[in-house]
Amino acid sequence: MGGKTLTRADLAEAVYRKVGLSRSESAVLVEMIIDEICEAVVRGESVKLSSFATFQVRDKAERIGRNPKTGEEVPISPRRVMTFKASNVLKQKIADAHLDRLGNSHDQPDDE
Amino acid sequence: MIKSELVQIIANRNPHLFQRDVENIVNAVLDEISDSLAEGNRVELRGFGAFSVKNRPAREGRNPRTGDKVAVEEKWVPFFKTGKELRERLNR
Repeated sequence: MGGKTLTRADLAEAVYRKVGLSRSESAVLVEMIIDEICEAVVRGESVKLSSFATFQVRDKAERIGRNPKTGEEVPISPRRVMTFKASNVLKQKIADAHLDRLGNSHDQPDDE
Repeated sequence: MIKSELVQIIANRNPHLFQRDVENIVNAVLDEISDSLAEGNRVELRGFGAFSVKNRPAREGRNPRTGDKVAVEEKWVPFFKTGKELRERLNR
């Protein structure tokens, strides 16, 4: 298990399987969901999808970078970037799944 | 925008669907991404970005207050890389 790369087609297949829309309508809806999230982020809104993740836009100030090949200093222009913060539910789910795969129990106390 | 607002927008654009259906569709998409990551897969959505899981190897950390050494176990954390198209759209 693992190591595969899923695409829109796999998400559409999941919608078809779980919700029972036609395959083509499932694909249209997956696209619409991704589009609406993109549009909101581009407008500068943060997108909070509970028990999944938060997407936020942050403004980065100009800074001086370096061309690693030549060592030359170059200004990096100010820009907007999107940040992704996974919810605790998602982080826990991933951590638990990996522990299960190692055959460990995950009900031992977490002492971080 | 929160999840219920996303559901509302999609529902408004699809008057033939019940809001309840749209909620199930949005959850199906997010759950599928979560489940795939838990299985150790990547999810690549061109134009938006790619979700993956990164491994942080075990290391020896320190309690910043006491300076005591503590063993930090190996962990797996979700990661997202913004796609090229979205990165460009953010700066237009």
